[in-house]
Amino acid sequence: MSAVAEYFKSLTLWELLKGMRLTGRYLFDRKVTVQYPEEKTPQSARFRGLHALRRYPNGEERCIACKLCEAVCPALAITIDSEPRDDGTRRTTAYQIDLTKCIFCGFCEESCPVDSIVETRFFEYHGENRGDLLMTKDKLLAHGDRMEAQIAADRAAEARYR
Amino acid sequence: MHELLNNLLQPYLPEAVITVLTIVIKIAITIVCLLLSVAYLTFAERKVIGFMQVRIGPNRVGPGGWLQPIADVFKLMTKEVLVPANANKVLFLIAPVVALGPALAAWAVIPFGAETVLANINAGLLYILALTSLGVYGIIIAGWASNSKYAFLGAMRSAAQIVAYEIAMGFALVGVLIAAGSLNLNEIIGAQRGLGFFGWFWLPLLPLFVVYFIAGVAETNRAPFDVSEGESEIVAGFHVEYSGMAFALFFLAEYANMIMIAALTSVMFMGGWLSPLEGLPFISGLLSIPVLGTFLGSGIHWLIFKIAFFLLLFLWFRATFPRYRYDQIMRLGWKIFIPITLVWVVVASVLVMIKLPPWFN
Repeated sequence: MSAVAEYFKSLTLWELLKGMRLTGRYLFDRKVTVQYPEEKTPQSARFRGLHALRRYPNGEERCIACKLCEAVCPALAITIDSEPRDDGTRRTTAYQIDLTKCIFCGFCEESCPVDSIVETRFFEYHGENRGDLLMTKDKLLAHGDRMEAQIAADRAAEARYR
Repeated sequence: MHELLNNLLQPYLPEAVITVLTIVIKIAITIVCLLLSVAYLTFAERKVIGFMQVRIGPNRVGPGGWLQPIADVFKLMTKEVLVPANANKVLFLIAPVVALGPALAAWAVIPFGAETVLANINAGLLYILALTSLGVYGIIIAGWASNSKYAFLGAMRSAAQIVAYEIAMGFALVGVLIAAGSLNLNEIIGAQRGLGFFGWFWLPLLPLFVVYFIAGVAETNRAPFDVSEGESEIVAGFHVEYSGMAFALFFLAEYANMIMIAALTSVMFMGGWLSPLEGLPFISGLLSIPVLGTFLGSGIHWLIFKIAFFLLLFLWFRATFPRYRYDQIMRLGWKIFIPITLVWVVVASVLVMIKLPPWFN
């Protein structure tokens, strides 16, 4: 098309009207908003939310203080202290995850040889005081105890891919 | 209304006081309606743009979100008005008032009906031109008094832009003036009477109509001409430093100006309060039906409907178009709009001279 014709076409605002037709169609389109507290999107079994420390069925904690998670953590959010216990096994004396540093990459879970540290599906938590988001060993074990059924089911569902 | 008050208060108050009282009440009604419309225009904007972006917009405060603007007002009123340490305190606090004042004052001459107008002055069009030009002072003063580079840049951009588009707007109104042969807004509406929808000035003055409305969008600094705010470039432009109620006044001014431009476009080119059916030959019987006839006939509801339509266009533009680059805005204003309006002012004069039917006979 010649430049002159192009110029006169631009005066009719044709391109602009085409754009407005598009947005006008979307005005009546089905809305995709999820009304969060009432509606929730489906969650994957691999969802990476709040951390938990698991126990064996006999109540013994799984973590053997190998510190692989501490080493792999890219955000340096994990701090572990360990000591031999009276029965000769090595266990943690302190296991802390600073959730304000954590980037929820899931490397800790991947690196764990005994499936001890896991990330659960639970993500609706908050802290009201300084330190509330510094997860200590007790808190993490409590999370594990509370959500063990879900955690175990998710690990079982994903077992063939791991 | 004057008669009603006169009858009620005649024994107690002198005539002059009653007249003043009537005017004050009329002004109060207009401003309250206007501010309510502004509040709900912000709500409509969020809803409409949300819908165009396949979201649903605010829907939490009150049923369906209808109390959202009220909540916003309370939020803004309870916030602190911060004054920057190096700002010019007096100008800083005056600027929002200067921005809002003309936006409200211009409503004095808008005719809501054949008799319903606050001030039926003969130079209504000039008054409108004067007051819409005053709005830029609020923005410039705000930008300068803030003593902040973003605010200053925003104010400079806004000033240049408004000056550029003011001219095109003025010429478009000159076309209306030629076509109507009067500066009185009610007579301008009267001149469009007779052929219903097709008798209004938008048809013979189509280029002026389009230029006027687009220049109006630029004049109110709305997207896609919102370089004076330009969130992504200069944070919030001229009102970066404002908070609380001072910010709210700028917000009010911007939206009141939008409603103003929509009302002016309706009055100048779309027949104001005239019904689109009035004067059409083949359906004149419709207007004499009792209830339906009142609705289809001329009245303030048609003006409101037209204003709402143009406001929807404002929102629609914002949801559709990306922001203009600054030099493109200047190019559009100076090199396209002004020539178009100049040419069409001449064409309109010729049309009026040859008394082109059906509009100018």
